[in-house]
Amino acid sequence: MLGYVLRRLLSAIPVLAIVAVLVFLMLRLTPGDPAAVIAGDNASSEQIAQVRHQLGLDRPLPAQFAIWIGNLARGDLGESFFFKKTIGELILGRVEPTLSLAAATMLIAVCVAIPLGVVAAYRHGSWLDRIVMGVSVLGFSVPVFVIGYGMIYVFSITLGWFPVQGYQPLAGGFGGYLHRLVLPSLTLSVVYIALIARMTRASVLDVLNEDYIRTARAKGQVERKILFRHALKNAAVPIVTVVGIGIALLIGGVVVTESVFAIPGLGRLTVDAVLARDYPTIQALILLFSGVYVLINLLIDLTYGLFDPRIRQ
Amino acid sequence: MISPMSDAPSPVLAVENLAVALPGGGDRLRAVDGVSFTVSPGEIVCVVGESGSGKSVTAFSVMGLLARVLKPVAGAIRLLGEDVLSASPQRLRALRGDRMAMIFQEPMTALNPVLTVGDQIEEVLRIHTDLGPKERRAKVLAMLEAMHLPEPERMHASYPHQLSGGQRQRVMIAAALILDPALLIADEPTTALDVTTQAQILTLIREMQARRGTGVLFITHDFGVVAEIADRVVVMQSGRIVEQGPAAEVLGNPQHPYTRMLIAAVPTMTPARRPPVTGAPALETAGLAKTYRSGGLFTKAREVHAAADVALRIRHGETVGIVGESGSGKSTVARCIARLIAPSEGRILVADRDIARLPERRLRPLRRKIQVVFQDPFRSLNPRRTVGASIVEGPVNFGTSPEAATARARELMSLVGLDPAALARYPHQFSGGQRQRIALARALAMEPEILIADEAVSALDVSVQRQVLALLDDVQRRFDLAILFITHDLRVAAQICDRLIVMQRGRIVEEGPTAEVFARPQAAYTRALIAAAPGREFGRGAEPVAEAVPA
Repeated sequence: MLGYVLRRLLSAIPVLAIVAVLVFLMLRLTPGDPAAVIAGDNASSEQIAQVRHQLGLDRPLPAQFAIWIGNLARGDLGESFFFKKTIGELILGRVEPTLSLAAATMLIAVCVAIPLGVVAAYRHGSWLDRIVMGVSVLGFSVPVFVIGYGMIYVFSITLGWFPVQGYQPLAGGFGGYLHRLVLPSLTLSVVYIALIARMTRASVLDVLNEDYIRTARAKGQVERKILFRHALKNAAVPIVTVVGIGIALLIGGVVVTESVFAIPGLGRLTVDAVLARDYPTIQALILLFSGVYVLINLLIDLTYGLFDPRIRQ
Repeated sequence: MISPMSDAPSPVLAVENLAVALPGGGDRLRAVDGVSFTVSPGEIVCVVGESGSGKSVTAFSVMGLLARVLKPVAGAIRLLGEDVLSASPQRLRALRGDRMAMIFQEPMTALNPVLTVGDQIEEVLRIHTDLGPKERRAKVLAMLEAMHLPEPERMHASYPHQLSGGQRQRVMIAAALILDPALLIADEPTTALDVTTQAQILTLIREMQARRGTGVLFITHDFGVVAEIADRVVVMQSGRIVEQGPAAEVLGNPQHPYTRMLIAAVPTMTPARRPPVTGAPALETAGLAKTYRSGGLFTKAREVHAAADVALRIRHGETVGIVGESGSGKSTVARCIARLIAPSEGRILVADRDIARLPERRLRPLRRKIQVVFQDPFRSLNPRRTVGASIVEGPVNFGTSPEAATARARELMSLVGLDPAALARYPHQFSGGQRQRIALARALAMEPEILIADEAVSALDVSVQRQVLALLDDVQRRFDLAILFITHDLRVAAQICDRLIVMQRGRIVEEGPTAEVFARPQAAYTRALIAAAPGREFGRGAEPVAEAVPA
C-alpha cells in the first residue's frame, strides 16, 4: 500500500516537469511584456530595458529556465514581479478563501446530490425522477456567472438575506465567515449537484438490478437500508470519480465565482497575475494547480479501495 | 410441527389455485395459472420444468419478490396457514428471512461484494431479533461451523470474492437457515456449480432440512437433481402443473407426455460404443501450455498454470470431448487452439503447420479453418446486427462476394432448421436454442475444418439440448468436421464424444474412447466426477442422440 502511494507520487514528477516546461515557454511566447507593464505607460525604452534587466528577463531563455528550476528545487518559488512579495507568502495568503469555497461547495453538492440521485433511481420513471433529471439538465446548461448574478439579485438585493459580495476570514468569527460563504458556494455547487445526482442515479439504478439486492429483500430488509447500505456502497466508485473530478474542476471554476463575488482567493490571484504578466506567479500557480490535480487523482484511486474490497488487493 | 387438530402434519406451504398475470404482449396471458401444491414439514418438493414453465415465478410469488410487472391475480399462498398474497408489506418483510428463506442460482452474484460474509449473515439477525452483537457473532460462527466451512473466524471476516462458488452457496444457506425458517425455497441452487460441489451442496441441504424439519421448495430443470433429492415432484409446463406425485412414481412411471418427453431427453450416462474414427488428423497439439504471471516490482510474483503439457489429436469426422470442472483448463485449451489467446508454450498443428506462434497477419488466412460456438447464445451474437449480417460478415472478410455469402447463409439457415427469411431478424427475436443454431450457422459459413464447441449446449433446456446435439452430429457427417467439444456435463459428453479427455488443474489426467472412460475410469478424479453426477442411476432409458433435425 505504502509502496503504491510512493510509486504514484514519484510518477507525478515527470507530469509536473512537463507542465513546468510548457507553462514557462507558453508564457514567453504570448504577446505582452511584463517590464512594460511594471514600468508604466509613460516609461522610456531605457527605463523598460532597465526593469527588464532587474527582472532577469534579458537573459537567454535556457538560463532563465535553469535559474527558475534551480530555485524551485530549493523550495523557493521566487518573487512576484508585480506584488513585490515572495510568491510563497502570496499564495499562503490566498489559500484560505479558495479552500473554504471549494470545501463548502463540495459539501453542499454531495449532501444534496447523492440523496436526490438515490431517490430518483429508486423511483425511476416517476414524476419525482423526471423533475430531478430535468432540473439537473438546467443546472448543467446555465453558466456559473448567470446563476451567481441571479442568486445575488434574489437573495442579496431583493431579500437581503446575504451580503452581495466579499469574504471574511475565518479568524474574524465563524458566523460572518459562513454568512459570506453561503451564496458563492451555492452558486458553484449547482453544476456539481446536477453532475453528481445524474451519476448517482445511473450507478444506483444499475446496482438495483443486481442479485444481491434481491437477496437483501429475501432477508426481509427494509427498502431504506437496501438503498443506503447495500446499493449505495456498490454504486460508490463512479460517484467518487465524479466527485473527485468535480473537486479538480472546482479549482478552475473558482476563477469566475471569485470574480463575481469579489473573493480574494487563488482564482482572483490568477486573474490578476495574468493581467499583470507576472510570470513567476503564474508559473507557480499553474504548477500548484497541476500538483493538486495529481494529488486528487491519487486520493480518488485510494478511495476506491475503501468502498470495494476487490480493488483493495 | 405436528398440528394438534389432525393426525397428518399440516403443510408448511399450501399454494392454492395460484394465477399470476403477465403484462400484455406476451405469448400467453398468465405466467402461471391454476397452480396448487403443498409442502409438508421435513419434505422436499421439487418443481421441475424448462425455461418459461413458470417454476421460478411460482417460487418468487411465495416470497413476495415478483418483478413489479407480474401480479398475482387469483388464488392463495398459505405459509403456516397465513395467506402471504394478502399480507401487508411490513408483514411480508417480517416473514421473509424469519419464517421463509430463499437461496438463489448464482452464488457469485447473490452475495453483496462489498460487505463481509459474517456481516451479511448477521444482517438477518439484526432485522428479525434483538440479540446483542456478541450473541449475533456467536450464532453466526456456530452456523458457519455447521455449514462445514473451514476456519469460521476467518470466513466471518472474508468478502465474497475470496470464497469459491461452493463456499458462497454455503454462506447463502447459512443466512437462509440461521433463524430456522419453516420453509426454504431453493431456486436452482446448484445449477451454476461444478458436479462435485453440487453433490456436496445437495447433501448439505438434505442434512440441514432433515435435522431441522424444514420444508423445502426446490426449483430445478435437472432431472438428475430431482432423482437425487426429491420426496415429491411437481412438473410444470407453460405455467400449468401437468403432473405431480411422489418422486419414485413420477420418475419411474410418468403419466403425462410432457413428463415422459423431459425424462427421455435426459442424456444417459452410458455412452454408446462408437467405432474408432480413422480419418486424417485435423488438429494436433503437443506440450501446449498457458501460464499467467502476475506481480511485479513490489509484489511477489505468482505463476498460474492454466494449462500445462496438453497433447491431443482430433481426426476429421471425430468428436473429442474435454471434460473437467471450472478451473480445469478446458476452456483455456480451446481458446489457445482457436488462438483467441496466445499459448505460452507448445505446438498447435493444423494441416501440418504450427500455428502456436504465427503472427496475426500470417495467422489470419488460417483462422477460417477453426471456428468456435460459445456457451451463451444471448451474448455471443451482436444484438444490434441482423442475424444475416452476423453470418455473412466472416466469409465476406475472406473475399466471398456478399451475394454468394448471402445465398450460402440461406442454405445454412435451412440446414440448421431455421427459416431462411429469418436472416433479416435480430438475435433477441429468437429463443436460446434458435440462437445457438444461428451461432452454429455462423461458424459453418466459414467452411471450417475444426469446430470448437465451448459449453455450446450447457445453457439450454434438455429437450433443446438434445436437438442441438443431433444437429452437431448431422453437420459433422456432412462436412467431415473435427469437433472439439468442451463441457462440464458428463451426460452430454457421453452422448456425442468419440473420445474423451479429462482435465484437472490444467493437466490431462485421463483420456480414451468415451465408452472405455465411463466403464473403466483410471484416474481417481474421473471416478470422483462420475460418482458426483446427480441421479446417475437415473435416465438410462434414453437412447443416444437421434439423427433427426427438427425444424
